[in-house]
Amino acid sequence: MAATVLKTETIHIKSSSDVVTARQQVRTLAIELKFSLVDQTKIVTAASELARNTLDHGGGGEMDVAVVENGIRRGLRLTFRDHGPGIADIKQALSDGFTTGGGMGLGLGGSKRLMNEFDIHSQPGAGTTITAVRWK
Amino acid sequence: MDRIPILRMGNFLLVTIQVDMHDRLALTLQDDLTNRISEVGARGVLIDISSLEIVDSFIGRTLANIASMARVLDAQTVVVGMQPAVAITLVELGMSLPGIRTALNVESGMEYLQETAEAGMEIGVYGGDSTED
Repeated sequence: MAATVLKTETIHIKSSSDVVTARQQVRTLAIELKFSLVDQTKIVTAASELARNTLDHGGGGEMDVAVVENGIRRGLRLTFRDHGPGIADIKQALSDGFTTGGGMGLGLGGSKRLMNEFDIHSQPGAGTTITAVRWK
Repeated sequence: MDRIPILRMGNFLLVTIQVDMHDRLALTLQDDLTNRISEVGARGVLIDISSLEIVDSFIGRTLANIASMARVLDAQTVVVGMQPAVAITLVELGMSLPGIRTALNVESGMEYLQETAEAGMEIGVYGGDSTED
């Protein structure tokens, strides 16, 4: 998929108030792209889950939020990067109910369901990059 | 640090969440509410989330924790005013908030709390056993 990036912004995620900033930034761009209210809510919720993972499991990192275009479609692409311990078993991490953090284990699998494209790159010891796209 | 105000109305506590809560603020609310229930002997807690634009798994879990702690302290919790887009997203996320009583608005939420409080008092008057299943 060769998507053109029209605009991109980066938010550093180092505290739980940065998770709020990340949500608000994603909301602003989702509104700019004229996503429906339900779609905005899904994207912002996914962003919130993933930003919290970056903070809690990755020890902090950053989020890029990009307006992308692929032919006639536009969408919002979220990229979360951390340099934490990485994910040993991605398949297990995506399954509902699996948690290492004392949460409900819905963050990864749930945000995957809320987005159209979802991709995890992770190496134990080297960090994790998660890319998620929602198309209009 | 900022806090979410808790109002008392008779035997009930009322909370309106009007800000985009960060995680620590949600945890502070959980602690504050639990303490207030015990201090005032509240029979019910009403949480109005009509201003919340998202409920993610953390906020969902916090609401569930509040409801469980309240129940242990003999108080009922009702969460009111969830926006439709939030409800759709929550279910897709995989959270259906089991164990949390909800109502469409503050009025029907208060009715529910009043009914349960009255029902609880009747059980007391007639000395019936309060086993639930």
